[in-house]
Amino acid sequence: MNSAALPNGVKLPDSAHGPASKRIIVGYGFWIFLLSDVILFSSLFAAYAVLSTAVADGPPGRQIFDLRNVAIETGCLLASSFACGMASLAVAQRNPKWTQIALLVTGLLGCAFLALEFREFAGLIARGDGPTRSAFLSSFFTLVGCHGLHVTAGLLWLGTMMAQFLAKGFRRDIRYRFLCFSLFWHALDIIWVAIFSLVYLVGVTQ
Amino acid sequence: MFGKLTWSAVPLDQPIPLAASLLVALVICGVLLWVVLKGYVPYVWNEWITSVDHKRIGVMYCVLALVMLMRGFIDALMMRSQQALAFHAPGFLPPEHYDQIFSAHGTIMIFFVAMPFVIGLMNFAVPLQLGARDVAFPTLNSVSFWLTAAGAFLVTLSLLIGEFARTGWLPYPPLSELAYSPGVGVDYYLVALQISGVGTLMAGINLVTTILKMRAPGMSYMRMPIFCWTALASNLLIVAAFPILTAVLAMLMLDRYLGFHFFTNEAGGNPMMFMNLIWAWGHPEVYILILPAFGVFSEVVATFCGKPLFGYRSMVAATMAICIISFMVWLHHFFTMGAGGDVNAIFSIMSMIIAVPTGVKIFNWLFTMYGGRIRYSASMLWALGFMVTFVIGGMTGVLLASAPADFVLHNSLFLVAHFHNVIIGGVLFGAFAGYSYWFPKAFGFGLDERLGKAAFWCWLIGFYVAFMPLYAAGLMGMTRRMQHYDRPEWQPLLLIAAAGALVILCGIGLQVAQLVVSIRTRDRRRDASGDCWDARTLEWSTPSPPPKFNFALLPQVAGLDSYWDMKHAARESAQPDAIEPDYAAIEMPRNSPTGFITAFFATVTGFAVIWHIWWLVILGLLGAYATFVAFAWRDVSETRVPAAEVARIDRANRKQRAQTPQRGFS
Repeated sequence: MNSAALPNGVKLPDSAHGPASKRIIVGYGFWIFLLSDVILFSSLFAAYAVLSTAVADGPPGRQIFDLRNVAIETGCLLASSFACGMASLAVAQRNPKWTQIALLVTGLLGCAFLALEFREFAGLIARGDGPTRSAFLSSFFTLVGCHGLHVTAGLLWLGTMMAQFLAKGFRRDIRYRFLCFSLFWHALDIIWVAIFSLVYLVGVTQ
Repeated sequence: MFGKLTWSAVPLDQPIPLAASLLVALVICGVLLWVVLKGYVPYVWNEWITSVDHKRIGVMYCVLALVMLMRGFIDALMMRSQQALAFHAPGFLPPEHYDQIFSAHGTIMIFFVAMPFVIGLMNFAVPLQLGARDVAFPTLNSVSFWLTAAGAFLVTLSLLIGEFARTGWLPYPPLSELAYSPGVGVDYYLVALQISGVGTLMAGINLVTTILKMRAPGMSYMRMPIFCWTALASNLLIVAAFPILTAVLAMLMLDRYLGFHFFTNEAGGNPMMFMNLIWAWGHPEVYILILPAFGVFSEVVATFCGKPLFGYRSMVAATMAICIISFMVWLHHFFTMGAGGDVNAIFSIMSMIIAVPTGVKIFNWLFTMYGGRIRYSASMLWALGFMVTFVIGGMTGVLLASAPADFVLHNSLFLVAHFHNVIIGGVLFGAFAGYSYWFPKAFGFGLDERLGKAAFWCWLIGFYVAFMPLYAAGLMGMTRRMQHYDRPEWQPLLLIAAAGALVILCGIGLQVAQLVVSIRTRDRRRDASGDCWDARTLEWSTPSPPPKFNFALLPQVAGLDSYWDMKHAARESAQPDAIEPDYAAIEMPRNSPTGFITAFFATVTGFAVIWHIWWLVILGLLGAYATFVAFAWRDVSETRVPAAEVARIDRANRKQRAQTPQRGFS
């Protein structure tokens, strides 16, 4: 239903064109969800900003952040997003083989990121600098961990997505779902860029 | 094996919660038994529990709200009677129980009465007003509702197993931290709200998308009914504010479960950050509740005055202004934090500014009434009661917004009187106005007007008798949440307040009677016309109750109050049925038990988290994931309503409309 004018020839404003297509509705709804997710993260960022100097008797950021590790993590995540973009192209071309390969690479890079993050967290906890040490560490673990949790959920979704492409092919609803997944995966990158800059880069200078 | 859960969690030694919970269990079992014995199980399962129809889901939201209203009101009666008795005396409620009651009262009334009521009304009416066939994501809508119901269930369960929070309706740390609240009460609160909060967020996303992307052809933004505008503003606020609630409750959970230090007194934690974050959600929340009520009043006043709403554009502007400014006033909930004169002054001024768009709205309603031919239906009475009451509540609000005055009135009964003044006089009256306004649309028969009006007068008088004394007691220095007191001059006021609560009880009794009487006599209350109030917006162009697909053909909207114009054009041409349109088959979303099953696993997981039963948490999460995959795997998501069926339903509607003159209910 996309009639731009009424039968009597009166031009309608853009907002009066009637219901949008299913693809637009799905994508739009998911964008709104992503915005809400960004607000969730902004609350965690706000908490981190308030508590970043509340180190109590624990270590401050510059003593625990390892920029080399963070750089590799960032590389993994950005490359993963690139692979996800490749998967979008493969889906657009209805190419099952390359879709699976690109999604597999996306997932493996995501796993690598998670493994690195897990190693960082485990190392901190083993040294006694876990989240219970100080308010600063609580907010650090929560903010970065919440992003990690999102990546984990994304990987679960990714696996389901791959299975669906195998089982159902490039059906309309599966493609829409993949559109949402790729939006989600790229949004996690954007959040990571904020974490990278505001937590790690600012943290090592303080 | 069962974590912290032992038999001692059941309050066998406390008669009041035990009796109350057994009564609730009895009622639930009774209803279930009745459904099973009467053979209604397939009907309830197919037509309601698994329904993804926005109208059915809207009705279920409202039913949930009405049921929980009973629970919350019983809490209110207990508090009023305790305070009436507790002058130099212990009363009948020990402090640890009294504290749970005021916490449960606030939590239930906001999260499980006011929220589901306004979301239910929006769910029901918004797609109909937009000329849409359903919301953007129908199955998600069902998930939202059932998650809200799961939260309500967990709060109710805390009566029987364990305890509820004793920390007030917002669990301020450090009191709510493990060190000072070691029981499961705060955990019940946190888990129930996390679950229902996710449901509310999903509902918000759904309705925003619906309003922005699914309007009928021709319905530009400035042709949307005002209720849709207020619903848009309210749902935008949900999307922007509820994630903050999720985040801050998650931080408190981390503090309690894993020993983090967000809000503790030790290791650098900052309790005031909790106040800031929770009110950054909490203040928009009050506008999430009141804006849809404003929308209901706008529809009701325009309809029952027989005039277009005065100042539609200014109403839209005022709504969106409130939507934005509501995020800039949160600090007025804790002026006493000591942020300093400058900060307090800014928030003071912002809080006073937000009264301006609200004032604009009041004048718009008054000018709509001016020169109109007013029909005093029950809905209109609620609207009139609202206008008077809300202005008083608004003015005490402006008084509280003045930081120096707030230092005296903070946490006093004056504040309690103020927010009940705006929430009862605004949100609840709005919900009741919408309830009696849209009831005939939802069920095809109207509510008894005489009992409805009697209920209104009881509520209105009861409200004033119950809360005006609390303003006075607050000015005399009585703080909120007192289990007992020793000031003789307060007791008469509290006795009057208790009497007011009893008058409100009569109002609720009359509402129950109204529902029962109306259902029993429904055959002579049938609304054949589909437009029983001679109304103005598109929902009244459908039959009552509307068919599953709402509109046989998507309406073509040519202006504001489009249905009013349509029916008058049809009447003037005197041949409404001249040309029969071409009917086509309609694709409608198929029913799905996904929402119900997801909520089941959410309840199990939530219960396990509360009682630290970790294996059950894992099991519940796996179940939820399996449910999602099963839903994602289905091949057929839509059913087809054949063109012949559409034609049959629509022909009947057109015939009725041509025959039936306008009428109201008596």
